[in-house]
Amino acid sequence: MTAPAPERTHPRPARGLVSRGASGRWAVHVDRWGVSARLRVRAVLAVSVLAVLVLGLAATGLFVGGASDLPADDVLRVIVGGGGDFATVFLVQEVRMPRVFTGLLAGMCLGASGMVFQSAGRNPLASPDVIGFTAGASAGAAAQILVFGGGTRAVAGGALAGGLLTGLAVYALTRRDGLAGNRLVVVGVALAAMLTAATSYLLARAKVTDVAPTAEWLAGSLNGRGWDHVATAGAAAALLLPLLAVLGPALRLLELGDDVARGLGVPVERVRLAALFAGVGLASGAVAAAGPIAFVALAAPQIAARFTRSGLSLWASALTGAVLLLGADILTQQLFPGAKLPVGVVTAALGGCYLAAVIGLHRKTA
Amino acid sequence: MTATAPAPGPPAESRAAPGAPGDAPKAPPGLRGRRQAAALATALLLLALAAALSIAVGARSIPLDRVWSLLVDRDTSTDAAVVHDLRLPRTLLGMLVGAALGAAGALMQAVTRNPLADPGLLGVNAGAALAMAAGFSALADNSTAAQLRWAFLGAAAATVLVYALGTGRRTAATPVRLVLAGAAVSAAALALVQAMILLDPIALDRFRFWAVGSLAGRETGVLAAVWLPIATGLLMAFALTRPLNALALGEDAARALGTRPGLVRGLALVAVVLLCGAATAAAGPLSFVGLVAPHLARRFAGADQRRVMAWSVLLAPLLLLASDVAGRVLARPGEVQVGVVCAFLGGPVLIALTRRAPGLAR
Repeated sequence: MTAPAPERTHPRPARGLVSRGASGRWAVHVDRWGVSARLRVRAVLAVSVLAVLVLGLAATGLFVGGASDLPADDVLRVIVGGGGDFATVFLVQEVRMPRVFTGLLAGMCLGASGMVFQSAGRNPLASPDVIGFTAGASAGAAAQILVFGGGTRAVAGGALAGGLLTGLAVYALTRRDGLAGNRLVVVGVALAAMLTAATSYLLARAKVTDVAPTAEWLAGSLNGRGWDHVATAGAAAALLLPLLAVLGPALRLLELGDDVARGLGVPVERVRLAALFAGVGLASGAVAAAGPIAFVALAAPQIAARFTRSGLSLWASALTGAVLLLGADILTQQLFPGAKLPVGVVTAALGGCYLAAVIGLHRKTA
Repeated sequence: MTATAPAPGPPAESRAAPGAPGDAPKAPPGLRGRRQAAALATALLLLALAAALSIAVGARSIPLDRVWSLLVDRDTSTDAAVVHDLRLPRTLLGMLVGAALGAAGALMQAVTRNPLADPGLLGVNAGAALAMAAGFSALADNSTAAQLRWAFLGAAAATVLVYALGTGRRTAATPVRLVLAGAAVSAAALALVQAMILLDPIALDRFRFWAVGSLAGRETGVLAAVWLPIATGLLMAFALTRPLNALALGEDAARALGTRPGLVRGLALVAVVLLCGAATAAAGPLSFVGLVAPHLARRFAGADQRRVMAWSVLLAPLLLLASDVAGRVLARPGEVQVGVVCAFLGGPVLIALTRRAPGLAR
């Protein structure tokens, strides 16, 4: 360490005071009840803005929805429990609400999961898509649908098994080099190519009637979600997001490098393993609820980091994931009314453009 | 130009970047003199054997001597129809497509100085797939020639886009950036493919049989439609080997030797589009053949592009035909499509390659 961290150049202010660091960032210091914390004003502001955005998009999803037009006051009456005619109650309670909540929770799971992979791997490209988890989940689900003809639960289970096995394979193949570095990307690409070949083999052998549902599931969709999908994604989020919040400070130290983190007293291996467990669990929950939705996990943490300007952060990433998924879903419903296009198609198209733009922007400096 | 020219050193500014072109493993010296000739003869023999197997083996069991007599003297039996109308065109198509993919892979790896360049990884397949899906859903005219035009269009657009994205303003395209650009373009293109086929069940049904990558059941018109672009591409590829050798010494040295690097790269891209577009339109997206064949070729041939190209054009059809026969034998009387066999053979090879490439094992 040649230079001290910028914030430390100023003397630490008294409790409850607002300060401005040498880098020009405003921060609030709290030191009460035996807990001390420093809240960056911009980060807090960013998370609040994101939360408002999520609420706005969720409301749009509830009130505007897709093919069917419902008057806003009818929808509001059903939401606050005022009742209404059967069709409205059904549409709001059994179609729009599960869809919006599944999108919200799955988006949060994906954003947080991507953040974990990128933070623990110190690799901005690490995400469930890149390490082949998504391709594995797709192959598992396709096998479950086409070979065993399983129902919703069995398909989610097949996706889980496929994804976890692929994750294990990637872990075993890149263990020597860690999650950082380019080998991870290349191994992920190789495994994804093999798994995609297996999936298209299954599709080519399948009965005609099975092909369309499988293809829709493989794209990742929020169409026809029910409350059990909400419960799946909600369980993953409720169990694993708090775990990640606890691990947060240790994860940030891990971003400095294993040796530095170890020197600062972080149990490196245990923290990383727990974080990866949480990341895979969150991705699995999202896949089980909404199918393998592409690119949200990859893009959300990076967009959030640009927004908060303070590195990868858990809550901003999760909320950005929800914003992306809900926004893409509303976009899909509005662009293709009545077509029942899966939202994964839109996220993949947007995500591909995003990745191309990142590479293109980077090109100016290279 | 000697066969022992080592991989060129990177420009100083990119030396620090991970995965810079200079981190590519140095080409092995290759075999010399008699051993090279012996290896060449063995490979030719194996290719002939694979072609013979491809004609002799299939869902319908026909005794070997009968296959032979039918080949020489065709009669009106079903066996004759199977041999002449199904297996023979399929074998020829396999050799042609294999040669195209091998040459395209060798060209791409030489031009980008990228050991991972492959039509599948660099988004060419996805571009062709997008165009094919558009063709399947929008086109009433689904003749082979129309399909070919669509596939060419897609392959060309994807190649140019990936190459433009993967190339820095001042630095050459680095392996990992090209793979990333390929992944990005593939993702966007495949998303559009999904959108099209999900909105149109008939297109979905036709697309899935193309997308798996197979030599079986292609119309007889396919062979007639693809041989000309592939032959043109192969001629261009061989004509480009000498300037590519010069380019391997670095831009400045190549200019001093009278080569125009921009022109060479442009012509190579045209050849790649011809070869990949035709191969992908004919057989569907086949990954890894174009990646693995040039790697094997360099083990035998060293760094001289003329020999690498010849070996690639020999080894890639061998790989493809062997995979095709294996797919037929594995699942008799059905078959595992050659695209699946190739992916499962090639994936581990790619992983093994990155294990040895120091620029990637980081």
